[in-house]
Amino acid sequence: MPTYFEKKQLVTPGEMLAEGDYLAGKNTYAENSKIYASRIGLADCNNKQVNVVALRSFYFPKVGDVVIGTVLEVGFNGWTVDIKAPYTALLRASDVLSRPFKPQNDELSQVLIGGDLIVAKIASYDRAHDPQLTVGEPGLGKITRGQIIKVTPSKIPRVIGKKGSMISMIKKETNCQIILGLNGVILVTGKNPDNEELAIAAIQKIENESHTSGLTDRITQFLKEERGKTGGK
Amino acid sequence: MNEKPEKLINKKGIRLDGRKADELRPVKLEVGILPNADGSAYIEHGKNKILAAAFGPREMHPKHLSRPDRMVLRCRYHMAPFSVGERKSPAPSRREIELSKVIRESLEPSLFLEYYPRTGVDVFIEVLQADGGTRCASITAASLALADAGIPMRDLVVACAAGKVEDKVVLDLFDTEDKVGSADVPVAFMPNLNAVTLLQMDGQLTPDEFEKAVSMAIGGCRKIYELQKEALKTKYMLIEPEEEDEE
Repeated sequence: MPTYFEKKQLVTPGEMLAEGDYLAGKNTYAENSKIYASRIGLADCNNKQVNVVALRSFYFPKVGDVVIGTVLEVGFNGWTVDIKAPYTALLRASDVLSRPFKPQNDELSQVLIGGDLIVAKIASYDRAHDPQLTVGEPGLGKITRGQIIKVTPSKIPRVIGKKGSMISMIKKETNCQIILGLNGVILVTGKNPDNEELAIAAIQKIENESHTSGLTDRITQFLKEERGKTGGK
Repeated sequence: MNEKPEKLINKKGIRLDGRKADELRPVKLEVGILPNADGSAYIEHGKNKILAAAFGPREMHPKHLSRPDRMVLRCRYHMAPFSVGERKSPAPSRREIELSKVIRESLEPSLFLEYYPRTGVDVFIEVLQADGGTRCASITAASLALADAGIPMRDLVVACAAGKVEDKVVLDLFDTEDKVGSADVPVAFMPNLNAVTLLQMDGQLTPDEFEKAVSMAIGGCRKIYELQKEALKTKYMLIEPEEEDEE
């Protein structure tokens, strides 16, 4: 029951990764008790489970994901939201108002209009229905300030780092609040624009250098140097 | 080369463009060259120059074309007006519509269509210069574009043709051989799964010749497959991680 790859080896779709008693993990599939890669990425084996960390992928909704989306349209009893997924998401008016929605009393366009950005959680999604969003939890809802940056969805785990080490370090160093949308959209809110710019520069650095080791240390270094330049704000 | 040449293969068994019977034209592949597309690829197969761009998965428009149980793959094969000797009308011809269908059907078995219901993926194939065997080169490029778009697939699809010229079975016909020769057999193939996804024939071959042509074409496919993998990897060589940490 061998595997046919070295750790972190770059594999292409269709490449046979393992044979026999293995489980097909992320971005792989099993056929005739053989495991093949289904995306270009880096192969890895964890406890008999073969995974490929995809280098190219797109966001696909999953229940419980926190995403950042743009309101597209005000509908009859809710909004349609672009969450950079293959489907447009729905946000129901009753969820936002946290009481039953009465069309004669409530004017939806006074709450959210097209172009507004929201942080939301995916409440439900299945093959037959478009994803439904909810904002009924702390930290979710309309975005009123801050800056938005977009990264490839597969790079989000790298921005989080091991057990959140990277993201908490950036938050601490730049004094910014950062919300990561799993769809690859990141919201940075700071006390002043300089801090936000700094956090954005750090995240962009992570996206470009996500392959290198010791990144957390280098980002710390980078942030300290940059802060030194601006007079330690 | 509009005049019909006297001999397509000389006494030494060398073809008009200097190749041996079982030799491919030079193939050059490049991945991810169109920043506006989700995935893209460019192929130079002999004198063929073809661009392929993939978009999606995204919501299907028009909506009624979407399927509740699977993703829909749409292909558009198009030849630029300047791609052939005589200006080709830019309107889609009968042949282009047929090739679009044939290419779509040869790519479909490689994708996990059932994973992404109600969505659509579009592949646009633009032939910039044509010199025989464009459908095969298009399939090779389109499959790379899909892989570059991050769409999960069973295997890359690679295609190559074989045919009969001057009573001899030869690999990878170019334009003149295709037009003057007596048969052409394009084959699309998934090498790791050992599965043929496209098999066509025009012209006449004996059963023996046909089998020889198919095995020759598959041999050509395997060679191009190596280049295809190489091209896909080259784009990411520079960003190969040494360490990956996840939450």
